Amino acid sequence: MSQGIYLDNNATTRVDPEVLQEMLPLFTEHFGNPSSMHGFGAAVGGKIEWARKQVQALLGAAHDSEIVFTSGGTESDNTAILSALEAYPKKREIVTSVVEHPGVLALCEYLEKKRGCKVHRIPVDKRGNLDMEAYRAALSDQVAIVSIMWANNETGTIFPVEELARMAKEAGALFHTDAVQSVGKIPMKLADSAIDMLSLSGHKLHAPKGIGALYVKRGLRYRPMLRGGHQERSRRAGTENAPGIVGLGAAAQLALVHMGDENTRVKALRDKLEQAILAAVPSCFVTGNPDNRLPNTCNIAFEYIEGEAILLLLNEAGIAASSGSACTSGSLEPSHVMRAMGVPYTAAHGATRFSLSRDTTEEEIDRVIAVVPGIIAKLRSLSPYWQQEAGKPKEFAPVYS
Amino acid sequence: MWNYTDKVKEHFFNPKNSGVLDSANAVGEVGSITCGDALRLMLKVDPDTQIIQDAKFQTFGCGSAIASSSALTEMIIGKTVDEALTLTNRDIAEYLGGLPPEKMHCSVMGAEALRAAIANYKGEAWEDDHEEGELVCKCFGIDAAMIERAVTVNGLTTLEEVTHYTKAGGSCQTCHEKIEEVLEEVLAKTGALKPAKKHTPGTVGLDAIKPLEPKAEPAAAPKLTNVQRMQAIMSAIEEMRPQIQRDGGDVELVDIDGKDIYVRLSGACSGCSQSAGTMMGVQMKLVEKLGEFVRVKPASLMPAHAG
Ligand SMILES: Cc1ncc(COP(=O)(O)O)c(C=O)c1O
Ligand code: FES
Repeated sequence: MSQGIYLDNNATTRVDPEVLQEMLPLFTEHFGNPSSMHGFGAAVGGKIEWARKQVQALLGAAHDSEIVFTSGGTESDNTAILSALEAYPKKREIVTSVVEHPGVLALCEYLEKKRGCKVHRIPVDKRGNLDMEAYRAALSDQVAIVSIMWANNETGTIFPVEELARMAKEAGALFHTDAVQSVGKIPMKLADSAIDMLSLSGHKLHAPKGIGALYVKRGLRYRPMLRGGHQERSRRAGTENAPGIVGLGAAAQLALVHMGDENTRVKALRDKLEQAILAAVPSCFVTGNPDNRLPNTCNIAFEYIEGEAILLLLNEAGIAASSGSACTSGSLEPSHVMRAMGVPYTAAHGATRFSLSRDTTEEEIDRVIAVVPGIIAKLRSLSPYWQQEAGKPKEFAPVYS
Repeated sequence: MWNYTDKVKEHFFNPKNSGVLDSANAVGEVGSITCGDALRLMLKVDPDTQIIQDAKFQTFGCGSAIASSSALTEMIIGKTVDEALTLTNRDIAEYLGGLPPEKMHCSVMGAEALRAAIANYKGEAWEDDHEEGELVCKCFGIDAAMIERAVTVNGLTTLEEVTHYTKAGGSCQTCHEKIEEVLEEVLAKTGALKPAKKHTPGTVGLDAIKPLEPKAEPAAAPKLTNVQRMQAIMSAIEEMRPQIQRDGGDVELVDIDGKDIYVRLSGACSGCSQSAGTMMGVQMKLVEKLGEFVRVKPASLMPAHAG
């Protein structure tokens, strides 16, 4: 591909051309407002209900009315947590994990600071696995909602959400999961699950940005975040993003078709990439739990060099990846996920994420394997922490730090 | 993706003077792996002429950290030690054609390594006095530590005061929530120590922070006569001038054409990257004063001949 090698699919994915084809008529042909009493509106309404059924099928939900379309993962996360707090005003505690996406963490921090909520942030171990004892201890009848992600966006590590949901249920708390990274990659059957709410985002599964959904189990006490018109059965007011919804429906249909490919061919490519890099580059290691993670994600921490510099050189070589390095986000701290796992600072700044998709080819992976070792060597030759001739780290402790 | 200048890219992709300088007689080391950037600067100074004959660096850090180090060595080779000491981090950033505000600390690290190396050469001790915190105001590149210092030292209690002392929050205003948080934290910590005249007892902490109320009488929205309206616009602009002048610029009312208000920016403001922000600030002030929507435009956009 002339555009380069795109290995940043956990950040966002390419819209599938088939998805785009489904969407296009919604802009200029079927442009009516689904609430309107005429044929223009009716055609759109039908397409939206078709899309809802596709998402229902992908999630294995019992009813299509359990799907509420939103603007994406962040809105779904916010809606779920705020809804639980409003529906159970006497319960003022939230349980979440230290490695959540900011869509959950920043809201919890706000609720803690400004709304007097108590937030339990469950820690993880070195491989990113949740501390189950701490989780059990945090649950009580004061907890309104548990919000724990299905899989982590930086490392791909998967949490045992079904077990977590059952435990939450026993304690009388609602269970929400941010499944933005796992929908389409992990088979789901929410009809048989204890999960009460689930967030997903279109642009992580080859639908456009700005569309997503919140799954709300039938019978659950729910309070909307946006009030207004009666759209989405008054659970999310505002004229529907019809092209986005239809795009998400088409993407959900395709995700079911490609799920096998993601878990076999794509997974094998990921493993090939990872093993080749580990074999060729000294002083690097995989972060997260390699035995229990998304099939498309690989996060390698390169010691003694800094992530942004790695990304810039990869970009020069036509390769797009991402980094938990502080410098890419403009903050001074490396990613909260790396810190939560206790990854030493010597490595956390150089953590680099390669996330594949069904578009990834073997030639692309071979090219990345050929290029990465040289890039790492070049940066280490500049680093005061690296001994070039010996090919190993060296002591460097500036007096002024 | 950062908007790095070509000069930054040039120095990152092909750094000058990287590596170990075996003949060095001055070494400056700053940063740490914890912070995400660290730099060792090695100099060879001629003891007779005090001229820096050679310089090399090793850097752990992002693209702009490496580029700043490379630029620094290019800038100091051939200079005397005392000449080199006059270099500031701004000079490094300028040499590179500018750095994104979030990345200014990379140039700071370069300037500090230089001071540390020269102190080492002269056999002096060197105090690292720079602080860093989360960048709060992107428009002016002001971090939490700087706001904290300004608040503590000057006994500030309101967002508006913080803006006057540090500029933080004075342009696009999107950082106001963060500034208020920093303010709240500092006040909660140090409230009791502040000069009494700044607040009455009992208003320490949250209470001391009044929301940004329009200071003037609530704009009488309806029924301004044309003359009154013109006077209101003129006086609002007069009120804003002192602050803009403090930044070395000025603003002048040129014409009023219905909802379009034409002004001329001059001095440090014209053409500076902040001028759009200044325009926006003037517009917000006018909207607030007049209680109606107006657009502030540069005089250069005025229709050549009215009508
Ligand atoms: C785990 C997780 N949750 C939430 C989001 C946010 O989704 P959106 O960009 O649709 O708001 C993302 C993506 O950035 C994510 O990776
Ligand atoms: S970010 Fe502070 S004024 Fe724009």
